Amino acid sequence: MIGFTIRRIIQAFVVIIAVMLLVFLLAHVIPGGAARAALGPRATRLQIAQFNRLNNYDRPIIVQFWLYIEGLIWHHNLGYSYHYNQGVTAVIQERLPKTLVLVGISTILALVVAVPLGILQVVRRNKPVDYALTAGSFIFYAMPSFLLGTLLILYLAVDVHLFSVEAPQGQTVGSILADPRGLVLPEVTLAAITIASFSRYMRSSMMEAMTEDYVRTARAKGANTTRVLFFHALRNAIIPIVTLLGLSIPAIVSGAVITETVFNFPGMGLLTYQAATNTDVPMLLGTAFVATVATVIGSLAADIIYAVVDPRVRYAKR
Amino acid sequence: MPNGDHGDEFRGSAVPRLPLEPGIGDLSSMISAVEESDYSIPEGGEATTSGGGALRQVARVFVENKLAVVGLAVIVFMVLFCWLGPVFYSTNQTNAQQALVSSTANTAPSAQHILGTDNAGYDMIGRLMFGGKNSLIVGLAAAALGTLFGALYGAISGFFGGWVDALMMRIVDVLLSIPPLFLLIVAAVIWHPSVLVLILIIAFLSWLIPARLIRGETLTLRVREYVQSVKVMGGSRRRIVLRHIVPNAIGTIVVNATFQVADAILFLAALGFLGLGVQPPQTDWGSMLSNGVNYAISGYWWEIYPAGIAIVLVVVAFNFIGDALRDSLEVRLQQR
Repeated sequence: MIGFTIRRIIQAFVVIIAVMLLVFLLAHVIPGGAARAALGPRATRLQIAQFNRLNNYDRPIIVQFWLYIEGLIWHHNLGYSYHYNQGVTAVIQERLPKTLVLVGISTILALVVAVPLGILQVVRRNKPVDYALTAGSFIFYAMPSFLLGTLLILYLAVDVHLFSVEAPQGQTVGSILADPRGLVLPEVTLAAITIASFSRYMRSSMMEAMTEDYVRTARAKGANTTRVLFFHALRNAIIPIVTLLGLSIPAIVSGAVITETVFNFPGMGLLTYQAATNTDVPMLLGTAFVATVATVIGSLAADIIYAVVDPRVRYAKR
Repeated sequence: MPNGDHGDEFRGSAVPRLPLEPGIGDLSSMISAVEESDYSIPEGGEATTSGGGALRQVARVFVENKLAVVGLAVIVFMVLFCWLGPVFYSTNQTNAQQALVSSTANTAPSAQHILGTDNAGYDMIGRLMFGGKNSLIVGLAAAALGTLFGALYGAISGFFGGWVDALMMRIVDVLLSIPPLFLLIVAAVIWHPSVLVLILIIAFLSWLIPARLIRGETLTLRVREYVQSVKVMGGSRRRIVLRHIVPNAIGTIVVNATFQVADAILFLAALGFLGLGVQPPQTDWGSMLSNGVNYAISGYWWEIYPAGIAIVLVVVAFNFIGDALRDSLEVRLQQR
């Protein structure tokens, strides 16, 4: 297990470096490049050359990449965004907590709703409740999040003034949490779609657990349905959900691009989108770095949690 | 989050895909990733029935599963609607000037325009057919291309094993670590989005999961007795891969492809919302929807519901079919 963990951590570093290199290359293909984006369409050739020289953009890409990684490791510096006139790290530091709040709450909300729903579906399987919930999860899974978000805004914020049309715009996390009227709709949008898939996951996982031998044994020993359900089946059925949570980490960190755009929520997702459309290359690289690290850590965490929670899992030596 | 994704469990428990809130990325894909790379234990066992019966099995799924029939009916209807519809209900969908001359923008449903017109004066029913073509083409082509390439990649990786396999799979790991929507956005910003570009971009995201799945499948297939006996009898590698491994993995391939179509359509819709979908005067359902969203606030409900319902219907339909195919595969495996 320890050997496995060490191997995975080394692998994780390699993956992060490789992804960064790829994103780095990709970002440099963006037409016009960083200089055009920062200086505007009327910049002279001389200005552009000067800018490129100043930012090392005239050096070979691999040298640029090395300088970038060096700055990252020694100075925790992700570069400077001319669009925001701020260091990339500073902007991300401001945005990241907000996204953590938004997606974190919705993930917890989804979990709290989806697990009982999945259990309910198994208890009432092939009954109207089960069919209705299954239909609901199919529809929400298929619904583009921006459609759901827009419909919620239309009916609950415009027609009935229950909630705000826009997400809270405050500078700090505190001010965002202080405005629940603005926070509810984005949370519900994100949660609804997550619930749709979590509950399907929970249902099938629980259904499978109910057919296992240990459930039959428990029944034979005289355990009642409630005990079998919550003590024997649920404990095993919840394992995939724990893994899912580990895999949700990247989403919690990198934000929800679509939902954040719909509600104009000042988080990482909106930042990524705006960086791409503004050709804000340093910012784009910064958000990609954060998202990649989160993804790698998330899947690492999922692997480890899985092995810890489920003693049947033993990682094969390779 | 591409979305896609059924690990070793593609055939076992119904592993639902995680939300495509793009940006969230395809968690389930990562799950399968995780399971495939670390938990799966190649097991010997009986081979599935060979390719010959595959079509008949698919046909049986539709006979037995009502939801699959509903799904198929919806898809057939949509295809007919989008391609044959314009023959019977001909509207101008490309000439912006003429659209504004012959009808007004944002008109409510009436006898002349049953579903009203959009903000450019295009008839909504005609627009739905016109945009639907692009949505369906991109969805189907991207999924087909991605699955085909992924299956081949996975089969080669799994069959050769060793360092070839390790290298090929690490490449997949790296690509899966990039948030899919991030890649989509950057790619769509770099290349002007046309139908072909969108197909290629989405296919580029869709091949990773099939590659992983088929590689896992190949690992279990290549140690089976009948593959071994072909080897002993002197069958070539090509013959083994094409005649014995691929036909036996076809179930997995088809099931996954079905889900990939649904996800590709959702991806395209997400891109459309961000303004990176098919560009005007061409359109797709996602772009129509995103266009309508700006006007829905003024009460023009007919500009969002038709495209919104069309997307949900088609995605649900593909999921129905995918689930039914997977269930039948699972049952078949259990029966043995």
